[in-house]
Amino acid sequence: MNDFLQFLAEPLAQRSLWACAFIGFTNGFVSALVVLRRSALQIGTLSCALLPGIALAVLLFGLMQMSILLGAVLAGLMVGLGSLFVSRTSRTEHDTALSVLHTTAFATGYIILIKLGLQQKVDDWLFGNIMSMTDADLWVAYATGALAMLGITALFRPLVITLFDARAAATMGIPVRAFHYGIFALIILVLVSSLQAVGAFLTLGLLVAPAATMKMLTNRTPWLFWGGGLIGGLGSILAFFLSYPLGWHLGATIIMVLGVIFLTAYLFAARKGT
Amino acid sequence: MVDHHHTHDDHICWGGGHRHPGGHTLYLQDVSAGYGKQKAVEGVNLTITCGHSLALIGPNGAGKSTLLNALAGLRPLLSGSILWNGQPLHTMRREIAFLPQRSEVDHQFPITVRELVEMGRYPSLGVWGSMRPHDREIVQKALDSLEIAHLAARQVGELSGGQQQRAFLARAMAQEAHILLLDEPFSGLDVPGTESLGALLRSLAEEGRLVIASHHDLASAPRLFSHTLLLRRRPVAFGPTAQVLSPQNLQTAFPPTAQA
Repeated sequence: MNDFLQFLAEPLAQRSLWACAFIGFTNGFVSALVVLRRSALQIGTLSCALLPGIALAVLLFGLMQMSILLGAVLAGLMVGLGSLFVSRTSRTEHDTALSVLHTTAFATGYIILIKLGLQQKVDDWLFGNIMSMTDADLWVAYATGALAMLGITALFRPLVITLFDARAAATMGIPVRAFHYGIFALIILVLVSSLQAVGAFLTLGLLVAPAATMKMLTNRTPWLFWGGGLIGGLGSILAFFLSYPLGWHLGATIIMVLGVIFLTAYLFAARKGT
Repeated sequence: MVDHHHTHDDHICWGGGHRHPGGHTLYLQDVSAGYGKQKAVEGVNLTITCGHSLALIGPNGAGKSTLLNALAGLRPLLSGSILWNGQPLHTMRREIAFLPQRSEVDHQFPITVRELVEMGRYPSLGVWGSMRPHDREIVQKALDSLEIAHLAARQVGELSGGQQQRAFLARAMAQEAHILLLDEPFSGLDVPGTESLGALLRSLAEEGRLVIASHHDLASAPRLFSHTLLLRRRPVAFGPTAQVLSPQNLQTAFPPTAQA
């Protein structure tokens, strides 16, 4: 216990705690979009498709924060739009195309990164490591999260109408197509900026579980966002306090705690589902 | 309390707070619409005033939903024009309320009936305008007149099919639109549900709205709609429903080979 208090007194630990709370909250908030769009698996495949972008950026420009982020975004967009293109121009379904493209992208990225001798970094990108996030990483994550929350809050009314009933939204004069692209871009940005916190494999959990939990507990749309944020933030803080004394991997602990919260909600409030 | 009903020449009109000198007439002139350059429906000419209900009837692929989407402004016209009171309809978005097909809606969406009806205030409130007492009153009136006020706090998915249709109609009423566009509103409803929704649409039309719906059931059409446009990519007939659905017209719209 003393060990733990000493650890908490260190600036590094405090920084990580803040990062957990904020990244957990913003991801939880944005997870409402993923849940309402019913696109969880798509987002999941995209998060793994980010790896080759990171790898190519490292290959070309070295370990630079901005180029890595840009590479990840580009890879995500290329796999996302590429799979759409392949499915429209051949007899392959979109899901099938996405599966082939994202695993291929992932494999390519993995080979490049290992060849570059970045085994440790690869682990961080795949499973996350909040402790290893630099100040620049954190500021990018904070700025992206704040931007996402601001955008969603400011455009909340037309956003919900679009998500619920796109055709009626269009007759009301809402630019539905712009909203759909905007939502997609926002999710990718949040995904990329918090990639280092929980990693490509686990980030899907943080971007789905909080709102999925709230969906069983509330009938009101705003609560899906704010409640999702609270669950994401508090769950991540709880995971932080669990992971050090138990010696568990922090990113994995966050996702596990959120999973347990989800299952608990299911047991007590399943009737609100189906 | 604003009086929403006032007489206008020969028909009763539901004002909705807007004034329309020149009468409430929807005028389609040589309308064609479709996907890309491919015309799914063409050559539609018709004139209809509010106070009526119009069914769009035809075989699959006849262009019913394309025409409905064109009316809603969701598809650009490939030719012709749609005028409402002498002005292009798509410049008056507030005048149109759209009801999606039931199967299109995510019934698990965490939204209450009241929140759904409040969406109808969006065209008046815009992105940032906050709900005023006046808006709340309109929402409450819509809930009351469709007899779903007691369900206001329920999640939309907890309602029966007929109740859901009422909730969406309440949204259309809260929008204070003159023209109601409905995509297959009766599909999936049982007989009592069909009858009560039919009565509702009739009374909404009689209050001075113009109700336009795509419809596939020939047998129920004369009871449910005052007018019908029979379509088979081009208009086959237009007029009072009973006259339009003559054996001869039906033969043209649904030739034996086209029947699935």
